[in-house]
Amino acid sequence: MAHFDPNAKPFSHQWMNDRLAIDTLKRVLSTEYWIPKNINFLWAMGMVLAATFGVLLISGIFLLMYYIPDTKLAFDSVNHTIMGEVGYGWLWRHMHAVAASVVFLIIYIHMFTGIYYGSYKRGRELIWLSGMLLFVTFSAEAFSGYMLPWGQMSYWAGMVITNLFSLGSLDLQGLVEWIRGDYVPGQAFLGRFFMLHVVLLPLIIMALIVLHFGTLRIPHVNNQDGEEIDFEAEAEKWKAGKRKEAKVIPFNPVFMSKDVFVLGIYFIIYFYLVFYHFEFAMDPVNFDPADPLKTPPHIYPEWYFLWSYEILRPFSKNAGLIAFGFAQVIFFFLPFLDRSPNVAPASRRGLFKFWFWALLIDMIVLTIMGKVPPIGIYTTIGTIAAWTFILLWVALPFITKLEKPIRGQK
Amino acid sequence: MKKMKELKILAVVVFFTLVTYWGVEPYAHSVMHKHVEFKNFKYEDLKPISAKGDAAKGQALAAACAGCHSIKAAKMPAPMDPVTAAATYGVNPPDLSLAGAVLDEKYLAHFLKDPVHTAMVAHKFKNRAYPMPPMATDDQSAADLVAYFKSIAPKEVTPKEAYEFACGRCHEMRYAKWTQIGEEPKTKPNIQTHMNEGKLKFDEKLAKYKDHLVKYLGKLPPDLSIIVRARSEDYLKTFVEDPQAQLPGTAMPRVGVSKEGYEKVFKYLEEVGDPSKPKREAVGPWVIGYFIIFSFLAWLWYKSQWKGLK
Amino acid sequence: MSDRRDFFGKALGAFAGLGALGALYAAKRTWDPLPSVKAAGFTTIDLSNTQENVLYTEMWRGKPIFVIKVPKNAKPSEAPNGNMENAYDDKRLIKVGDSKFFIAIGLCTHLGCIPAYYPDKHKFICACHGGQFNAAGEVLKSPPPSPLVIPPFTVKGMKVVLGEAGPEYKKLKEAGLVA
Repeated sequence: MAHFDPNAKPFSHQWMNDRLAIDTLKRVLSTEYWIPKNINFLWAMGMVLAATFGVLLISGIFLLMYYIPDTKLAFDSVNHTIMGEVGYGWLWRHMHAVAASVVFLIIYIHMFTGIYYGSYKRGRELIWLSGMLLFVTFSAEAFSGYMLPWGQMSYWAGMVITNLFSLGSLDLQGLVEWIRGDYVPGQAFLGRFFMLHVVLLPLIIMALIVLHFGTLRIPHVNNQDGEEIDFEAEAEKWKAGKRKEAKVIPFNPVFMSKDVFVLGIYFIIYFYLVFYHFEFAMDPVNFDPADPLKTPPHIYPEWYFLWSYEILRPFSKNAGLIAFGFAQVIFFFLPFLDRSPNVAPASRRGLFKFWFWALLIDMIVLTIMGKVPPIGIYTTIGTIAAWTFILLWVALPFITKLEKPIRGQK
Repeated sequence: MKKMKELKILAVVVFFTLVTYWGVEPYAHSVMHKHVEFKNFKYEDLKPISAKGDAAKGQALAAACAGCHSIKAAKMPAPMDPVTAAATYGVNPPDLSLAGAVLDEKYLAHFLKDPVHTAMVAHKFKNRAYPMPPMATDDQSAADLVAYFKSIAPKEVTPKEAYEFACGRCHEMRYAKWTQIGEEPKTKPNIQTHMNEGKLKFDEKLAKYKDHLVKYLGKLPPDLSIIVRARSEDYLKTFVEDPQAQLPGTAMPRVGVSKEGYEKVFKYLEEVGDPSKPKREAVGPWVIGYFIIFSFLAWLWYKSQWKGLK
Repeated sequence: MSDRRDFFGKALGAFAGLGALGALYAAKRTWDPLPSVKAAGFTTIDLSNTQENVLYTEMWRGKPIFVIKVPKNAKPSEAPNGNMENAYDDKRLIKVGDSKFFIAIGLCTHLGCIPAYYPDKHKFICACHGGQFNAAGEVLKSPPPSPLVIPPFTVKGMKVVLGEAGPEYKKLKEAGLVA
């Protein structure tokens, strides 16, 4: 039976503590949540992502008040009402568009940090998997959001991407029409993607963020050397005042102080982009209203989808779809394809070192080739890069199996 | 040592980010879009006209223009309303009051002598007559007419007027309530029936006008409300200067605006298409300045927290 | 006793699963195209009162559809690449009654403009970028990369239903002639 002090003043510290255990909550979630000391600024990317999601959520709420999900009115509600009439409407839209693009840059940095330091194994598999689920949901969120202004790129990207679900020679037109709710993208299509973008997917994202944080709790955050730390023992050192000897720091305020500094720098760059350099996130083609009778000369997705789009392009229809499907799911399998027990930076891991940089460069090549028109030399480069991507993943279990265990690690 | 390592990591991240940006933005766009040299609205394919114009003689010649065009600056009214004019000619002929202010002098002289080739629309008029006949038989009469148009043109032309003269009879601009037959009238619906008769009547006229325009050009020219966001600045000026170079076969004529005339038109396109630009420029430095101070304070906090940790 | 507890727990779980399946079915149905959308997806064209060499334009799924009863001599007046074949002999034409019809989506395969038909020249000319097609929709002059697209159709007497792939359409499709 819990004890409630009848003399405690309502909302006083003790009154709150009796009812909500705020002291315990604070200890568990912040002052005694231990983070390794041996980290660099890349460890702040999680916080940067959370903050960017917050920016997207808040700017999205303001956009939602004037956006009209009607194929006849959507374009003008965005480009005239929000951009021209609503006070600071232009700011919310630019913030929303730039954040939607930048969030993927940070996600990729966050992912490649995890790959580089091996932060997806030895108890951290679920961190990786929940993170990948977040990546996929963010992708769906970005795509559905891209439909909403109902410009030329919205319409034709919607057409091309939903067409993929006919699954090549299977020719599942029925499935495509079911997804669209029409034979071509129309009112039903816009309505359901609006629902996905503003309700269902944000809810799933928020739930996944909680799960992602939860998966961190027991294995703890990795560190720059992949060292296995006895967090209980190190925490005792910290609590005993041995700040220098302890290998850990509390999340709040020590780790947070660095995160907030990185956030500050990040927001300087972010707002520079919002005010002076937003074109990269707001494709000019989408400022032409959707026209079902006129295909734009070049159809390409936003930059963060280009690498997987390029894996689709160089092959024949069916093979391309299979390669595309492969690219979508293969990252999920990373913890199980990496057969080496070593948790260490890629630079200390034999062939994996080359594998890491090859993958990064190959994905950048795919990204660039995904945007340029598929002609001449670009097709050749794209095909080679697509094959390289597939072969790298096929090779991963073998080269990691060959890897020698690093001394002191199991 | 430790600090250097973080900076090195930062350099690697920045490097790969910039390479990706360069590839998908400047590089990809340079491959996707045809490069057309901008020639500063000099119209070098047209020979210079050496003849000196006489505005008084030009005025006498201009009487012939009034058969189709209005010249409000000289108190000459339009011979017919826009819809009837479009039914007759395909498009409503422009009021000529601003011709001397917005169009390039040399272009205008050549246009008066040989309209179809100067406007670069010969490919659209192989089997039918261009509605504008040549009005000047030689350099002298062309120069006289140009001198006359310059003499009646107002000293100051607003960006909006320049747009209406140069673009507005083919391109609507719904965010500025502009249609091809003029500004949308401010009409009110009947409070009993909720029917807006005035608007319906106007729309009927507009529908007819657009119909004539589509027959004349092959398709309806795009609304230019946010064309400044949909096309780059470079594309717009090279396209207006020489439409065929950017889009071979297009029905868009070479309008022949002067450099100053184009700047006026562009200013209007920007005012309507990107109204937040002045606000962005006003607010931007404050927000960025705020985060610079924020980062400095955060750095001080970070330093104090991490002191004696290593 | 504990077996019984387990059994009832599992039975309840299975029953809840059944309910979830039912709800899922309702959700699937909600995403189906509406009857009004489906009805608009099929367009019936009556060809009994058509005149030769006249372009009829219909709408189908938001796209313009061109219909021409092709006359016996439908030679293009001139063809820049020398393709002067009579469109009447083209395999893409659809036989309805005693006549041959050209039926296709009226969008230029280059950039989707709507080409205009010139009956005296027996060809289409696209106003946007100068592409040309003959009266069977074959390309006479680039930039269009491929002929005008034939939509799925089925012939019913003197009527043609667009949106339904009949045997004639399937034959054309197998021969690679629909686009």
